[in-house]
Amino acid sequence: MSGIPHDHYEPKSNFTKGVEARLPILGLLYTTIMAPTPKNLNWMWIWGIVLTFTLALQIITGIVLVMHYTPHVDMAFASVEHIMRDVNGGHMIRYFHMNGASLFFLAVYMHIFRGLYYGSYKAPREITWIIGMLIYLMMMGAGFMGYVLPWGQMSFHGTAVITGLFGAIPFIGESLQTWLLGAGAVGQPALNRFFSLHYLLPFIIAGLVIVHIWAFHNTGNNNPTGVEVRRGSVAEAKKDTLPFWPYFVIKDLFALAVILTVFMAVVGFMPNYLGHPDNYIPANALVTPAHIVPEWYFLPFYAILRAFTADVWVVQIVNLLSFGIIDAKFFGVLAMFGAIFVMALAPWLDTSSVRSGRFRPMFKWWFALLAVDFVVLMWVGAMPTDGIYPYISLLGATYWFAYFLIILPLLGVIEKPLPMPATIEDDFNAHYGPKAGGKTATPAE
Amino acid sequence: MFRKLTLAAVLALSANTAVAAGSEVHIEDFAFSFEGPFGSYDENQLQRGLKIYTEVCAACHGLKLVSFRNLHDEGGPALPEDQMRAYAAGIEVFDQSMNDGEGDFRPATPADKFPANTGAGAPDLSLMAKARAGFHGPYGTGMNQLFKGMGGAEYIASLMVGYEEDPACAPEGFEGSYNSAFAAGGFPEECIDEHGHHTVPGSWIAMGQPLYGDDVEFDDGHSTELHHEAEDVAAFLMWAAEPKMMARKQAGLTGVIFLALLSVLLYLTNKRLWAPHKHKED
Repeated sequence: MSGIPHDHYEPKSNFTKGVEARLPILGLLYTTIMAPTPKNLNWMWIWGIVLTFTLALQIITGIVLVMHYTPHVDMAFASVEHIMRDVNGGHMIRYFHMNGASLFFLAVYMHIFRGLYYGSYKAPREITWIIGMLIYLMMMGAGFMGYVLPWGQMSFHGTAVITGLFGAIPFIGESLQTWLLGAGAVGQPALNRFFSLHYLLPFIIAGLVIVHIWAFHNTGNNNPTGVEVRRGSVAEAKKDTLPFWPYFVIKDLFALAVILTVFMAVVGFMPNYLGHPDNYIPANALVTPAHIVPEWYFLPFYAILRAFTADVWVVQIVNLLSFGIIDAKFFGVLAMFGAIFVMALAPWLDTSSVRSGRFRPMFKWWFALLAVDFVVLMWVGAMPTDGIYPYISLLGATYWFAYFLIILPLLGVIEKPLPMPATIEDDFNAHYGPKAGGKTATPAE
Repeated sequence: MFRKLTLAAVLALSANTAVAAGSEVHIEDFAFSFEGPFGSYDENQLQRGLKIYTEVCAACHGLKLVSFRNLHDEGGPALPEDQMRAYAAGIEVFDQSMNDGEGDFRPATPADKFPANTGAGAPDLSLMAKARAGFHGPYGTGMNQLFKGMGGAEYIASLMVGYEEDPACAPEGFEGSYNSAFAAGGFPEECIDEHGHHTVPGSWIAMGQPLYGDDVEFDDGHSTELHHEAEDVAAFLMWAAEPKMMARKQAGLTGVIFLALLSVLLYLTNKRLWAPHKHKED
């Protein structure tokens, strides 16, 4: 299935021949595990494995949690505490699942920004990129609905806020919100359906992950130079690549072990650091928490949502042109979803023929600014909406859109790229070849 | 919708507390034995805290998520089994199954949970130490929680010692008791300056001062000064909120050591695996 020429699986025994003739699954596994992979991949190419592992972790811990959880408004909170107190190992399983969501989003943001810097979204990998964006959207849905299930104060009032976003849509908004919640307000129907969907979405994500992997195995991995693997013959391709097993499996497992060491320290020593204390208070419709703050991984987009207030001139013009149909509230919702949408359009907005940011002297700085912008938005998303904070949000949100809609298209035209290595082999040898400082191989013992 | 909600929340709060945003509180950084990756509960302290809870707090507050049997847990108060049973038997719980379904009170067994107590409108204390953050960190980043924890126990202890004389700016007979650690209570307009800032920390809490010092007698002869009592009851409530903390830290330590070792082995494997392809002499 790979577009890069490679060795094919040859069944040897009668049994494997028989299986392969009936269902070519062994060949499929072989091609997947032995996929020719650019040998110059750097440490930013490890997040895929981290994400796959985390998805498995979330599904496995989630299945166990469901065995003890009760999706009922009067019992959900107590059933989570039952898991924390009475179920054997329940406190660890629950803390793994809770912090696993944070690991998942940390890894996905690293993965996405890797793709943005090295131009992994560019032809011929647009479909891989789009599927990735769909996975990310599903993750946001699953993350949000999972946060509702403990039925604490943040769960309850966060749900009211987020479903309220759909209520901002003109004409159909209120009916849509009622339809989503299954009632006029957050209550039992909402909890039940979020529970159902929270269980369903990870399996859809798992399906999309398979398509994601299939798509980039077909085009081959991108790599830090953005130069394609030579495809003239198997021998030529082998100069640029090494098989996934064992070279990249071991490398990725090493990176995964390091990341899990930190993850284990967080779960073991400060499992509530990324949570909010208010969610240890049972949901109460009559008492609204002082600050309704989403989880950290939603904050950049939450900041964009809040950035466009009624006193921003763009909002006022749009409001006027749409005869008041698009008010500041709806504009904010459009901006939030738009921020993800423009990111999904990156393959078509980026006009540069050079893939990797390594060879784009101007792009490098604009990209660095985008990464900083993302962190600033995350910080300001947790701040109150007075003082200087709204201006910072607005500035950050504006840059986010400017990067995708103006800077990416323009840079491709005005930027003069740096010289690139002719092949991946050249790049690899420049780092590790005999010429690089004359270092000799030192077997690790 | 969310703007309305946020606005409503701000309005609701400011109606109650004049200016909710301007309130500063004093949280003292108590040194608890259970802080840090290697910290553990001090079972004597938890037993003292249990006594304070039983004799003072339980008058108004419930602890409905905690089972009596947990008082016997290793890594918790670790009451001897007979003492735990005797403690449970001394408390009456309501049992719906008695009297042909009409229900009646009976002495508790180890399998029962502490009774809920909502009579005085006081919140349940089972999770209080995790539902309040003592520390918020510079610019709202919460970074100092990394070193101090959430500070739930610190918050509770600070609240216990935070009762003070009404500040001079407060009008005579303002409702509630002034407490320098409590943020969410009533606040008199007289104590707000022209910029909207509070001139005194804390606010007025509905709960009257529960501990004054010498409220209980400890079998181990430990000091019953207010400061010590506050620490003890806060430690007990931390345990009530996170009874598996010791097991969790143990698992965390084992996991970190195991994974760090695995990382080293995988690092060496990886280095050796790639060596023939890197720096080859050809």
